[in-house]
Amino acid sequence: MTLYQFLYLAAAFFFIFALKWMSHPSTARRGVFSGEFGMLLAVVGTLIRHEVIDYQWIVIGLVVGAAIGLPIALLMPMTAVPQRTAISLSCGAFASALIGTAEYYKPGARPAFTTAALMVEILLGFLTTTASLMAFGKLQEILPGRPIVFKFQNYFNLGVLAVAAGIGVYNVMNPGDAQLFPVYIALAMAFGILLIVRIGGADMPTVIALLNSYSGLSSCAMGFALDNKLLIIAGALDGSSGLILSIIMCRAMNRSFANVLFGGFGQLQTSAVGQEARPVRSASPEEAAGILSDARTVVIIPGYGMAVAQAQHKIRELHDLLTKRGVEVRFAIHPVAGRMPGHMNVLLAEADVPYDKLIEMEDINSDMAMTDVALIVGANDIVNPAAQNDPGSPIAGMPILDAYKARTVMIIKRGMSAGFAGIDNELYYMDKTLMLFGDAKSFVASLVKEIGSNHD
Amino acid sequence: MNYEFGFYVFMLAAFLGFELIRKVSPLLHTPLMSMTNAIASISVVGAILLTGAEGASTLSRVLGFIAVVSASTNLVSGYLITDRMLKMFKKPGQPKK
Repeated sequence: MTLYQFLYLAAAFFFIFALKWMSHPSTARRGVFSGEFGMLLAVVGTLIRHEVIDYQWIVIGLVVGAAIGLPIALLMPMTAVPQRTAISLSCGAFASALIGTAEYYKPGARPAFTTAALMVEILLGFLTTTASLMAFGKLQEILPGRPIVFKFQNYFNLGVLAVAAGIGVYNVMNPGDAQLFPVYIALAMAFGILLIVRIGGADMPTVIALLNSYSGLSSCAMGFALDNKLLIIAGALDGSSGLILSIIMCRAMNRSFANVLFGGFGQLQTSAVGQEARPVRSASPEEAAGILSDARTVVIIPGYGMAVAQAQHKIRELHDLLTKRGVEVRFAIHPVAGRMPGHMNVLLAEADVPYDKLIEMEDINSDMAMTDVALIVGANDIVNPAAQNDPGSPIAGMPILDAYKARTVMIIKRGMSAGFAGIDNELYYMDKTLMLFGDAKSFVASLVKEIGSNHD
Repeated sequence: MNYEFGFYVFMLAAFLGFELIRKVSPLLHTPLMSMTNAIASISVVGAILLTGAEGASTLSRVLGFIAVVSASTNLVSGYLITDRMLKMFKKPGQPKK
């Protein structure tokens, strides 16, 4: 065993501990250091390999990469974390795709297994590159967020994938013939785009996690092609992490993978239009503030609307104020709230809400019936009782936060528009529900002002 | 090359990944994703081997160089932003800024 092989082994060890320490907030930062150290060992180990002769372009590349990465990491606002993740997935996958391409064009014979591994690496690499760029565009709102659907879309997409797979097999069987290879790359990129055009905003958490998995598997295939165990291990860790997160996300919506990728949830959006207006009770900030300060227990339920309105800091002020007055305030976090797994937790943590106040769905639902006020900020489908009561509803069976069990329900909302699934929400019309119409940030700000001024 | 051995490594690592990730609190899913994403920038290893090889073709050098840049962008930004996120998670009772 030479020195670099030993360093690779140590790197794999530190990657595994990085994930292990990620399990709890108290050890998570140690996990990041472990991951960084592992990566350092891997890079140093590679640089000292005797195959590496020419350092000039490597050093320039590393410096340029660090120069781009550093400002991204330090200046990116926390609300843009889903976009950053998407663009970063795209970078990683692109690197892997390019390496595969260069390996493929290297002269000389190679075993069929290596070519097959390269084909997998290149397919997943280019597919993830374009898919992540599309996801970035949708999250950044450069591209329309609504799903784009057309006739025979699934057959068309699968057809593209099948042709690509056919070319891949042909390339493995005919090592000397690289003619179709550019077509292979084009099809992989096209499939990545086609995969995302039909994905709507609320499915983003699942899709981002799935793309994470693909980029890991692409590194893994590179490991097989280069006979490098460290790449296989790191790629497999990443691949399984992405997969398990997307399974958790699917489960939280009671949908299958196939349904997320091929279902076209957003098509239902038209069905809700044109229903007759039903009466709702609305309340002013003064009334709402009065009820909140008389409550003993308050559960705040954030959704993507909170992120859009940037209301998290005002909500933390509300939390502080109510807590000071002896009200027990907690946050109920639905697994798919927001645009990526754990999105709400990061935003609230940024606003200095202590993490023991962020409660998972299973744990808070049992307390919901004993809660005085459920305050819903920018969430809709994840509190829609239709998921439990109406078997015909598109979201039937989806686990929800049982906000309707609270004694009073308050919903901050801009207007009466339906949520992502395009279905009406019974919760709005219940007798104990108060609609608080307005922008989330300014409404919470006026709540804070009311509560603060009344009792000081 | 021993493919069979590679598949054993893959299977065990994937299984270990599943077991470890299942234990991660949903609280930390966003930092977890950005860290596994940074770990996937291990492809920088392949990029270095490609770029630095003796007598590499121009194509290899160019593609390898772009790959080094994009993998190391991912590496640096991924780890740093993960740490930045984790710093924000305040322990209960920890004084606020």
